[in-house]
Amino acid sequence: METLAIVGASLAGLSAARAARAKGFAGRLVIVGDEAERPYDRPPLSKDFLLGRMTAGDLALEAGNEDLQAEWLLGHRALGLDGEAKAIMLEDGTIIAADGIVIATGASARRLPSLEGFTNVHTLRTLDDSRQLAAELLPGRRLVIIGAGFIGAEVASTASSLGLEVTLVNAEPVPFSAALGAEMGEVVAGLQVSRGVALLRDTTIDSVESAGGRVTGLNLTNGQRLAADLVLVGIGAVPNTAWLSFSGLDVKNGVLCDAAGRTNLPGIVAAGDCAAWFDERAETHRRVEHWTSATEQAEIAVEALLGAAPSAAKPKPHYFWSDQHGVKLQFAGNAGEADRVEIEAGSAQAHDLLAVYYRASEPVAVLGMNQPRLFVKWRRALAQAAASAPTSSVPA
Amino acid sequence: MHRACPLNDLARGDAIRLDTSPPIAVFHTEEGELFAIDDTCTHQDASLADGWVEGCEVECPLHASKFDLRTGAVDSPPAKLPVRVHEVAVIDGDIMVIESQEAPNLPPGLTVGGHV
Ligand SMILES: Cc1cc2nc3c(=O)[nH]c(=O)nc-3n(C[C@H](O)[C@H](O)[C@H](O)COP(=O)(O)OP(=O)(O)OC[C@H]3O[C@@H](n4cnc5c(N)ncnc54)[C@H](O)[C@@H]3O)c2cc1C
Ligand code: FES
Repeated sequence: METLAIVGASLAGLSAARAARAKGFAGRLVIVGDEAERPYDRPPLSKDFLLGRMTAGDLALEAGNEDLQAEWLLGHRALGLDGEAKAIMLEDGTIIAADGIVIATGASARRLPSLEGFTNVHTLRTLDDSRQLAAELLPGRRLVIIGAGFIGAEVASTASSLGLEVTLVNAEPVPFSAALGAEMGEVVAGLQVSRGVALLRDTTIDSVESAGGRVTGLNLTNGQRLAADLVLVGIGAVPNTAWLSFSGLDVKNGVLCDAAGRTNLPGIVAAGDCAAWFDERAETHRRVEHWTSATEQAEIAVEALLGAAPSAAKPKPHYFWSDQHGVKLQFAGNAGEADRVEIEAGSAQAHDLLAVYYRASEPVAVLGMNQPRLFVKWRRALAQAAASAPTSSVPA
Repeated sequence: MHRACPLNDLARGDAIRLDTSPPIAVFHTEEGELFAIDDTCTHQDASLADGWVEGCEVECPLHASKFDLRTGAVDSPPAKLPVRVHEVAVIDGDIMVIESQEAPNLPPGLTVGGHV
């Protein structure tokens, strides 16, 4: 392989570039990214950066002396891909022909049509988004967050510590239940409420009140009216795959890939938030939007692309963390596989529990709240169990 | 010099955190070696004594940066800066740590005294 092109210059893209060099790829390495910044870390955008405890410089993903010998085309958007010819078309007309391509274009914040066009409505995905939101987080303001997902919950935590009055509006009865299951979703909801965040469940926006281009109030489907100085829409993210429309790649909710990141076209792999890898345990394609998955997938995909023998290692259980109200949440595995949850240490009330999710007697997931040491042990145990489990015994 | 604990109290595979400023982590590896490094990850605020040790490497419990216990070097990102390593000696059955005189690489938002 002479030229390897990576589209998307963020966590998955940088990890892919590092993996290629680490595996001995010595050819031309081109990295295209539409953001002007060098690769930066997103998790702090809802946490310490939003709080003002970290600077933009602190977010840099690259080490100061790191040099991947790559051609960085930053501030350049890829507009299209010819999948057969493996040619990438950039906005300015440049065409990059490559022998191998890594698609790592991530995802964008999902928007709410009813809240488009107002100056005090925010989403949070980029450094700019976080800067704009931070400038508005002034004590005493009323912040309404639509969607009690992890980003919404983290902003709720940051904003309430800055002295705002925060309301989380969730369409589902139990927040976080998709990721954590209903029982533990309730525990994390309890943490939010115990720190003074108002949580409204099972309701959505019915109509919007505005004045001078700003939202002033939201009328909810449950009849409640919320006054608002500021609104954050935190209803998930959509994969950045529009540029692949005529590429010949199979794209549904994300670029469809096998369990090693290979797409339906030879020489093209995808990793990170834009990719829906085949999940052997769940027997379905799944887009996993976690930091650790982006790095792990990038490595595996590059290995597959460079033609190394596919490693026999079974994928590790998905891992993510979240920081809310001074509590470090860590989760690994898949809550959806469990039939019961047991608290092995600590308690829900004290927000320091270690909970293990079981399917029959098999642990399938683990949640830690301020339990890093125990969590690490359980996460290892889960990974070992997953690695030794024959695929056939795994539930569909 | 800091007194950590009696060697007999720290089993192989275990680690303890010393309440120094900044905190220091002491590891007793499965192979029976003793190492001391700064306890706070240089990436963010995590305690490396809570991490996972394999061979001569500790993996941070939060985002899996790896540090070499012998040199403090970053073996795996996201951390960008090394941790300090400290000298360890066993004196009269006690683990003693001689703190490095270098300046520590604390994560953003942290100082030797705690949060900014
Ligand atoms: C506020 C926030 C907090 C988070 N907190 C956590 C957390 O606590 N724990 C956790 O596990 N995960 C967290 N995540 C998720 C984690 O950051 C993502 O999983 C990770 O960023 C995915 O990396 P990626 O490289 O796949 O995608 P992205 O980071 O989205 O990067 C994709 C890059 O490609 C660029 N791009 C898109 N289209 C094109 C194009 N056509 N041409 C060129 N470039 C393009 C994008 O602009 C972007 O720079 C958080 C995310 C956000 C936004
Ligand atoms: S805090 Fe150690 S890797 Fe992030």
